Amino acid sequence: MTAQEIGVFAFIFIAGTLGTDIWRWLGVFGGKQLSEESEALVWVRSVATALVAGVIASQVLYPGGVLAGTPITLRIGAAVAGFAVFLLLKKNMVAGIAVALTVLAVGLHFLGI
Amino acid sequence: MTDMLAERSRRYWFVQGMKGLFSLPGFILMSAFVGFTALAFQSGLTRAEATFLTFFVWALPSQMIVVGAISSGMGVVAAFLAVSLASIRMTPMVAALVPEIREKKTSSALLIFLSHFVAITAWVYTLKKVQDIPRDGRIAFFAGLGMTLTLANTAIVFGLYGVVSELPPIAAGTLYFLTPMYFVMSIWESARQPVVYWALALGMIVAPASHYLAPQIDMLLTGLVAGTFAYVIDRSRRRRAP
Repeated sequence: MTAQEIGVFAFIFIAGTLGTDIWRWLGVFGGKQLSEESEALVWVRSVATALVAGVIASQVLYPGGVLAGTPITLRIGAAVAGFAVFLLLKKNMVAGIAVALTVLAVGLHFLGI
Repeated sequence: MTDMLAERSRRYWFVQGMKGLFSLPGFILMSAFVGFTALAFQSGLTRAEATFLTFFVWALPSQMIVVGAISSGMGVVAAFLAVSLASIRMTPMVAALVPEIREKKTSSALLIFLSHFVAITAWVYTLKKVQDIPRDGRIAFFAGLGMTLTLANTAIVFGLYGVVSELPPIAAGTLYFLTPMYFVMSIWESARQPVVYWALALGMIVAPASHYLAPQIDMLLTGLVAGTFAYVIDRSRRRRAP
């Protein structure tokens, strides 16, 4: 059943809301079993962070939209340059992000995008 | 008297949470939603659909999958599975957050309601600030932050629909890149335990391998493999330390 058949709002609710919120609800029940000082919580936090790292990596490595056809070296180069500046300047996020985006924008400009 | 004080404290922390909208992460998230508004418009969603989608899903990766699924005519079951695979991260994220913010008397119903407002930005921001917030103000802080971020960005999608219809390609590309760069730096910056550095670094390294080996479940694989490995390294390091 496509969105045309069941209606866009029903489609969004079933695929989008349930597909996302069910996992949030499971997290509530899992989290209630975890005490703040437990080893299990350290593992859960580690898995959660690695999952988010996976999301970040795929956004850089396998982007959609405008960036889809751009060289992977440009994207990795921009990300590494930005992160290096962030670390060198004692975790300065604004500087790190500015460098990453500038490298990317300059690269896109020279690629004629 | 104590009840009144507790009530005032909760109201104070709720407002502190709301102020998170005007932080760097708040601005970055709003920029990302400007980009999403343009994507939704181009993909043929109506203003009402794009607004509904933002409020009732409230997770950018899921929203992008839903937009793609609607415009490509994907079936609702397939779309549900695709969104689920991208949203499994919510379970450990919420599970890691709940012990940090709940009080003994906090009801499951309230936690279930508030869990809808968990997304990467509010999660990172709350875990970073939570140590400086008294226990009885933490739920209020998260509620103020999460609900404000959700409502403000829903308003952005509603208000800018059709206004930002097409961004220049360089602007769209850099807007898109803003989100991953911000996430990686804010998680690194806000890490309170070394295990977070390990998980972040290993997750990045394992991600392309998982994508190559099992593209359908790559996120899940990355999370479990890299997360568990990071945990084992961290634990053996902690045991060796005096």
